[in-house]
Amino acid sequence: MTILSEAPAETKRPAASGLMAMVRHTQYVLAENPVTAGSFALFIAFLIAAILGPSIVPYDPLASDTAAALQSPSAHHWFGTDQLGRDIFSRVIVATRLDMTIAIASVVLVFLLGGFAGIAAGFYGGWTDRIVGRISDTIMAFPLFVLAMGIVAALGNTVTNIIVATAIINFPLYARLARSEANIRREAGFVHAARLSGNSDPRILMCFILPNIMPLMMVQISLTMGYAILNAAGLSFIGLGVRPPTPEWGIMVAEGAAFIVSGEWWIAFFPGVALMLAVFCFNLLGDGLRDIVDPQRRT
Amino acid sequence: MLRTIGRRVATAIPSLIGVIIVTFLLTRVLPGDTASFFAGPAATPQAIAEVRKQLGLDRSLPEQFASYVVNLAKGDLGNSLTTGRPVVTEIAARLPASAELTLLGLLLSLIIAVPLGIVAAVRQGSWIDHTCRIVATAGVSLPVFFTGLIFVYVFYFLLGWSPAPLGRLDVFNSPPPTYTGFYLIDALIVRDFETFRAALSQIALPTITLAVFSLAPIARITRASMLAILAAEFIRTARASGLKSSTIIMTYAFRNAMLPVITTLGMVFSFLLGANVLVEKVFAWPGIGSYAVEALIASDFAPVQGFVLTMAILYVLINLCIDLLYSAIDPRVKVEG
Amino acid sequence: MDRRDFLKSTAATALATGIAAPAVWSPAKAQSRQETLLVVSESGPNNIDIHGVGTNVPGYEVSWNCYDRLISHEMKTGPNGVPYYDRDKFKPELAEDMNVGDMSATFKLRKGAKFQDGTPVTAKDVKWSFDRAVTVGGFPTFQMKAGSLEKPEQFVVVDDQTIRVDFLRKDKLTIPDLAVIVPCVMNSELVKKHATAADPWGLEYTKLNTAGSGAYKVTRWTPGTEVVLDRNEEWACGPLPKVKRVIWRMVPSSGNRRALLERGDADISYDLPNRDFAEMKSNAKLNIVSIPYSNGIQYIGMNVNKPPFNNPVVRQAIAYALPYQKIMDAVMFGLAKPMFGAPAGTATKVEWPQAHQYNTDIAKAKQLLSSAGYPNGFETTLSFDLGFAVVNEPLCILVQESLAQIGVRVTLNKIPGANWRTELNKKEMPLFTNVFSGWLDYPEYFFFWCYDGQNSVFNTMGYQSKEMDGYIAGARTAAAAGDTPDYDKNVKSFVDLAFKDIPRVPLFQPYVNIAMQKNIEGYQYWFHRRLDYRTFVKG
Repeated sequence: MTILSEAPAETKRPAASGLMAMVRHTQYVLAENPVTAGSFALFIAFLIAAILGPSIVPYDPLASDTAAALQSPSAHHWFGTDQLGRDIFSRVIVATRLDMTIAIASVVLVFLLGGFAGIAAGFYGGWTDRIVGRISDTIMAFPLFVLAMGIVAALGNTVTNIIVATAIINFPLYARLARSEANIRREAGFVHAARLSGNSDPRILMCFILPNIMPLMMVQISLTMGYAILNAAGLSFIGLGVRPPTPEWGIMVAEGAAFIVSGEWWIAFFPGVALMLAVFCFNLLGDGLRDIVDPQRRT
Repeated sequence: MLRTIGRRVATAIPSLIGVIIVTFLLTRVLPGDTASFFAGPAATPQAIAEVRKQLGLDRSLPEQFASYVVNLAKGDLGNSLTTGRPVVTEIAARLPASAELTLLGLLLSLIIAVPLGIVAAVRQGSWIDHTCRIVATAGVSLPVFFTGLIFVYVFYFLLGWSPAPLGRLDVFNSPPPTYTGFYLIDALIVRDFETFRAALSQIALPTITLAVFSLAPIARITRASMLAILAAEFIRTARASGLKSSTIIMTYAFRNAMLPVITTLGMVFSFLLGANVLVEKVFAWPGIGSYAVEALIASDFAPVQGFVLTMAILYVLINLCIDLLYSAIDPRVKVEG
Repeated sequence: MDRRDFLKSTAATALATGIAAPAVWSPAKAQSRQETLLVVSESGPNNIDIHGVGTNVPGYEVSWNCYDRLISHEMKTGPNGVPYYDRDKFKPELAEDMNVGDMSATFKLRKGAKFQDGTPVTAKDVKWSFDRAVTVGGFPTFQMKAGSLEKPEQFVVVDDQTIRVDFLRKDKLTIPDLAVIVPCVMNSELVKKHATAADPWGLEYTKLNTAGSGAYKVTRWTPGTEVVLDRNEEWACGPLPKVKRVIWRMVPSSGNRRALLERGDADISYDLPNRDFAEMKSNAKLNIVSIPYSNGIQYIGMNVNKPPFNNPVVRQAIAYALPYQKIMDAVMFGLAKPMFGAPAGTATKVEWPQAHQYNTDIAKAKQLLSSAGYPNGFETTLSFDLGFAVVNEPLCILVQESLAQIGVRVTLNKIPGANWRTELNKKEMPLFTNVFSGWLDYPEYFFFWCYDGQNSVFNTMGYQSKEMDGYIAGARTAAAAGDTPDYDKNVKSFVDLAFKDIPRVPLFQPYVNIAMQKNIEGYQYWFHRRLDYRTFVKG
């Protein structure tokens, strides 16, 4: 029961010869759908900020300057300064790397855990299926954000633990999606053919089933990347975020929120916009990817 | 019917057991020492050890777990350290506040998101489709506490349209007599329209905050399932036989497209319960979410365990209802274990 | 007009025109609103009995207003003309008359004083309540001990209206200790009815119910949400309070608390960020009262039992490397009294708190650090209480940045409020910031808790010095004997030693800040820094 479980079964796709067609189709989709194209551009911008961020910002994101505290946006400080006089523009840009790391790492982790567990469950069925199913059910029965809070509170508020907690709460989504997709393909003709030609089970899983599920998984991945960032922001709001003074969008929004009533709106606003654009971009990217992956759905 | 319900509930038992074990272990590794909190600021090590013994914290984990389960079977969830009251009483008093807010949020979100999804599907690829997508996605892209704080700032502080964010009722109103615990319903039962209005104006902003956050998943799923149904053979048949477009969409397509939407409601509900925790904190809402957050930060494990268990049971019940609803709408579906 | 002013002026317009007031008050409601005080704060009580186990500070406020003590303090005019409790002058509360002898004090109870259920207050209630305070253990027992009130035998019922308190030893703090929150008088018969074998003092009952003779009683309490207190119309120990009902709501978001105040929906709030107080003070829409904590300081503490802070030279280097003024400006917004940078050669005064002579001097700090054998600095962890993150977090970030200049690389560690005490108790944190303030406003009281070798939880540095212990004991003896010159000498000596050894570096004396609507009057500053509802008037 996931957002995507209604997706009709994928038909078998020839792996290599379709590459060019895929590229052409992507170009078509991007040209056809300006929203998706915009989100791709945005994603690339975020990646550049994450890679080059620290070396292009005008100020040291950690350096305080109490003489220049709480200044509104100006030519010197494009996004203004915070309570300690730190340049918000620099902090927002530098934070991109950490937020992208949280998003990407948690997604990779949950893909490795949930994706593979799900594929194995769908392919083998029986006990494997039951165990993976029970684990997913148990996690789903928790209010997810509270589970993440509990994990971070218990293990300590480090970046690693935030990543682990985010991965764990997304486990059921991946496990269930991968399971249903693998289950459908278990009896497919190309799997039988592979088996008859002497491939071992692990090999069939890795080389035949996985590549077929990948497109749909990519959609899921882009959606959960957005949630990972939101999740980290929520944790920051209740005091379980990353350690100060590390810049991170969520913690900047959470801390800046207290300044809104007194009129210093820029402290929360700009990191909030960055955060929103990132989640927004991941979400739209997910929709776009789905259109690329599944051309039938568009017509 | 009863048998199917029984079987369905039975399948939920293993995950409930899982929840109990995981919560127990998780709360025991929380940092902080309950005994020294209880012993007070100026306690000697001996005093702390004594309190530890009194609380049974000196025993081994399996022993503690056994006594926890025994108490649980008796319906005793323990006492909260921070508020000093039995967890069961607290949760019973606070659950209606959270449930009222979450259900209203879900309802509002459905009312907005389903039509949006349908329009987006019917006018697929048009500017309406794109706008729907952007609006729904924008709602889910902001941290829910931030949206809440902005709403308070704009609608309470700047415009004064909304009452002070002081929980379920204005300070000078007294709550209606308790029938359901939902202020809106209770006020209507006793025909106290002034209280109804007061309660409604208090719950409006938090409800909108929650609804904004859950638009995207519902709109997305409605659009997708409408698209799938509109491409189906029987719709083509209906069109070919000259039925009005509105009849086709509302009668044939919509009813069928609702099935996957209902399935996802369970997940959206769980998602909202999580978001609720933050919204309650922003609006000083006296629900169980804010209670659990405070307890978790204070390493006060009895309320955390009680909260998670209540939520898990609630989740199982909601999903059971959804399954039953599903089979009522679509007789082909059998409720299975 | 810049953006910020613009936003502010829009807010002001919205306020001035009063667009769509959220509720229309019926006359009856307006009347009740007139007699009701709405207080908003971040957190509320967990227990309304100060003798209870783990009662938190908001719980003290309820106890103060719902119970009477034998004696209380007179008021004097404090800083900025705010009424301030007079440390040295006592007035009768439940007692009508106090007679202090050489080794005992006798109190005559007020005639006509009744508990809230109508039973008269008698000497045996007083004895039972004091017995309870010295027996239940934990904080109340410790606080009683601070005034040499240790054994039930010290409290003697002379007759129904008379109680005598015998002294174990001469102690200047005994009488002041009878006027703090802990020795409150309870309705012994009522509480005993609810006592059980496992709970002989009826703590479970008083945790949730008030059983006093005080000016207010708790009529509704939803933990974490609100406390409603109603006036006791029969109160005998003072003029009937003007405020009929106090509604105390918990509002977790500080931004919302400020919004409630600025829009006039809440009457009083006292735990807002300093920046909010500073701004509200300058725009003058509300009454803001700021008063230094009596006998309190915020400091940077160092664990003197572990390297590198076991070396006094390293501690001095740290004291020269702290960004004092930056903290005053950017963290406290000027709402604190500096405790640093006294001019060189200033004579030590017989008072506490007082400023030390360290100042931000990076060159000197570097040189001291090199001479201590750390030319390249070292790594350490600076811990703070997340419960007070509004002050602690920016403060620690500034300290981190400043220490980096002398090569001390600091990692910040935030500790959730509930675990803070536990961590302090362990005495393992190398570097931390904390606030301590004593209820009894005497230097030796502060030093007894914070520097004495008995190593209480508040001696957070684990500091041990025979010399220090000698001065503290000397000051206490001299105070009891009334030997002023000897007292002064001892106080000066322990202050000097504390600054020379510098196990903790005082940063500033924090202010209590209270924001009130303009029509609220009657705020009084008390040593416990919580609100006394009895004197408030809503105009």
